Amino acid sequence: MSILGTRVVRKEDPKFLTVGGTYVDDVRDPRLEGAARATFVRSTMAHARISSIDVTEAQAAPGVIAVLTGADLGLAPLPPSIPLLNQSMVRPLLADGTVRFVGEPVALVLSEDGPSGEDAAELVFVDYEPLQAVVDPEDAVRDEVVLHGEAGTNLAMEMDFGSDPDLFEGCEVVVSQRVVNQRVAGAPLEVRAGAAAWGEDGRCTYWCSTQAPQASRDTIQTALGLEPGTVHLIAPDVGGGFGAKIGCSAEDIVVAWAARHLGRPVRWVETRTENMTNMGHGRAQIQRLTIGGRRDGTVEAYRLELLQDTGAYPAMGGILPYLTRTMSAGVYAFPKVECNLRSVATNTAPTVAYRGAGRPEATAAGERAMDLFAAEIGMDPAEVRRKNLIPTDAFPYTTAVGTTYDIGDYTGALDRALEASGYEQLRAEQARRRQEGGRVAVGIGISIYVEVTAGPTAGGEHGRVVVNADGTATVYTGTSPHGQGHVTSWSMIVSDRLGIPMDDIQVVHGDTDLIPNGVGTFGSRSLQLGGTAVHEAAGKVLDVARGLAGDLLEANPDDVVLDAQSGRFHVRGTPAVSKTWVEVAAAAGEGGLDVETEFTAESPTFPFGAHVAVVEVDLDTGKVTLVRMITVDDAGRLLNPLLVEGQRHGGIAQGVAQALLEEIVYDADGNPVTSNFADYAFVSACELPSFELVAMETPTPVNPMGAKGIGESGTIGSTPAVQSAVVDALAHLGVRHVDMPATSERVWRAISAVANGSAA
Amino acid sequence: MQVSMTVNGGAQVHEVEPRTLLVHHIREALGLTGTNVGCDTSSCGACTVHLDGEAVKSCTVLAVQADGSEITTIEGMATAEGLHPMQRAFQEQHGLQCGFCTPGMVMAAVSLLDEIPTPTEAQVREGLEGNLCRCTGYHNIVRAVLAASGQALDDPVSVGGAGA
Ligand code: FES
Ligand code: FES
Repeated sequence: MSILGTRVVRKEDPKFLTVGGTYVDDVRDPRLEGAARATFVRSTMAHARISSIDVTEAQAAPGVIAVLTGADLGLAPLPPSIPLLNQSMVRPLLADGTVRFVGEPVALVLSEDGPSGEDAAELVFVDYEPLQAVVDPEDAVRDEVVLHGEAGTNLAMEMDFGSDPDLFEGCEVVVSQRVVNQRVAGAPLEVRAGAAAWGEDGRCTYWCSTQAPQASRDTIQTALGLEPGTVHLIAPDVGGGFGAKIGCSAEDIVVAWAARHLGRPVRWVETRTENMTNMGHGRAQIQRLTIGGRRDGTVEAYRLELLQDTGAYPAMGGILPYLTRTMSAGVYAFPKVECNLRSVATNTAPTVAYRGAGRPEATAAGERAMDLFAAEIGMDPAEVRRKNLIPTDAFPYTTAVGTTYDIGDYTGALDRALEASGYEQLRAEQARRRQEGGRVAVGIGISIYVEVTAGPTAGGEHGRVVVNADGTATVYTGTSPHGQGHVTSWSMIVSDRLGIPMDDIQVVHGDTDLIPNGVGTFGSRSLQLGGTAVHEAAGKVLDVARGLAGDLLEANPDDVVLDAQSGRFHVRGTPAVSKTWVEVAAAAGEGGLDVETEFTAESPTFPFGAHVAVVEVDLDTGKVTLVRMITVDDAGRLLNPLLVEGQRHGGIAQGVAQALLEEIVYDADGNPVTSNFADYAFVSACELPSFELVAMETPTPVNPMGAKGIGESGTIGSTPAVQSAVVDALAHLGVRHVDMPATSERVWRAISAVANGSAA
Repeated sequence: MQVSMTVNGGAQVHEVEPRTLLVHHIREALGLTGTNVGCDTSSCGACTVHLDGEAVKSCTVLAVQADGSEITTIEGMATAEGLHPMQRAFQEQHGLQCGFCTPGMVMAAVSLLDEIPTPTEAQVREGLEGNLCRCTGYHNIVRAVLAASGQALDDPVSVGGAGA
């Protein structure tokens, strides 16, 4: 029986459970012996001109080796790495004349140890001339305060696909709403960290907490003007990323530079406060939605206008509204959809990818629109959705914005979710409670989602499989796991194909000298691309091996089969005479069983699902309790259900957290209000129920494994379901919308507003 | 100042700065990097160790305060016979992903079962409130703790489809 599709526990776990992972700050490597510590001095102002930086006192402080500013660095500022973003909005590696967000690196202290660096950083005196800050993207778009003088505007990107003034012509009902998809923090438990050591050979080894080692290597090389191949980047164990660690930080570049400048290795690990104010944030999108249709529940047109906050220096976050647009039609067969977008700079931390990256925003908007429309016509939200779903027999299906979905069964997903939740009983219970007039209301929220993973823009992925002389195998993968379990998954794939036991397979990742070509782990791409590359490389190794076994067995290779149970080759029908991998490897000679592949998918996959959330809301305090969370998440054919469930759980929790708890807040002057784990409402075990997962598998035709992405599904589906449940709990009071996060205060205000007669 | 403590069963005597936190002492002077630092506000629990048999956040204790005490870190949990039952339950229930919260989480969970040998799900969730995990959604951590306490678990997934 094949190991594929079974619940294999992770091979990598014993290390994590007994001595812990080896994260960057845990690396004890001789090359880092005697490393200096890097501490960044960071801007305390959101927008200011720097008139002077006085480092004399810091320089003289005990344990200090050097204090450096942008002038010492002498490196060119970096334009946004994505060409679609305004290229004049450049980012200095250390502030250059102007600071544009609180926390921006201004100077660097290099010291003998961490504590003296922290003390000395306090002694660097920066003289700021405050400038007016602009924090709200709706203000920034007016260009009254401009962040980047060179650009002359705050607009980092605009995409206008045209607008039809008669889009809603003939609709019986039209509803509009402004929706805030708030800024949140990725908050991986391991903060950012780096370590640099230059060797006698003129090369730099850089340890980096990253999801994309090869891109991080390239960024450092380019920024420092180094020849390709100069940097050897190692991503050791990485303590979570969630999109915020795709690529390296400005700080990483400075640390690599500083190590060369000092002629001594340098280590850097930020504090949580630095992480919360500096590592890119996610979401931060203001949406204006309008939906129109007939009273029978048929939607005829949908418009979504997006205003994305890029933060001070446009990065990945700036282009994510394009992904929101790509998925704006969602699971619905809307005949007309319009989605235009703008991305605008503000005096806040840059925005980047965060689990889902552009797609959760699309689902959140679309599902909010469906609820508003359902409320307006007085129809059950499940029924309105069902009426507008893309029919199961319509795939491949191209939506009104031109996105072609591979395969889907949205009605099936909805049915499963409703059935597992006991939807009708839930509605009956809700009606009963409303009638009794109790002070704890029940709300039921639904979301149906489709998202996009591993399209052509996701690039290819690299896989290499080697069978060694002792019959073991080594897998080199371009993906860079940070909790996803690739060591186990890739071993399963190779074991299944080559009949080599799981324990005899080693998986190597995150080292750019061993794996020069690779892309990384983000966007739910790893299994479909990296796993498929490994699958194909293993298949090719097997082809070579069968040829060699044929020679050894004096048979036609086409007649040679591998018994995957025993890992032996024999001629079909005569298993008594067989050859082992050791014998075949000997015949192959050094490097004879070594195949590299690159897999690129021709088209993306579109994972989908349906979530039902049940909440209780205390009408006196506004406190929301998530009682149940039922989810269907179809990721195609599953390689390891245990790991898939883990991805779903983690995603669901983060999605719930956005709906109910988490938000990065700045005050009007651009000061961060949520800059540590005491102030940021990071979701804990107490605020979550156990999740009720329902199975559904619709394999994709797009790759040979039939696999679709799963990393982000839970997040995409759960946020709107929970938000919808909160609003649903208050619907009988006349509340139509509550922005996220649905904190007690916000819910209480919404209840009070309708009680006082002003609309929510 | 000189500080002596028993760590994972062995005597450790070191000179420490008065301001050194126990977590830094464990990681730097003792070289035990399983214990992690995840925050600067005593909120995350990644640094949880046992001090005289009780779970504490080692970022809230000065090394000098631990003078004369007995410390157990994640490195001291497995024995020659193999993994501690809690470690085994975490592996079997897939209670870890990136692993960063894991050492602290395991130490907190062991201490939780010392106090409440057969906890309810709600008690597990409350007991782990001070330990943050960004990867697992806590679902499988809770299952691991319940399993380690010898309780039976529900099926992880229900079969979909009409009539399920
Ligand atoms: S590091 Fe101790 S609680 Fe976070
Ligand atoms: S496993 Fe990553 S933080 Fe818990």
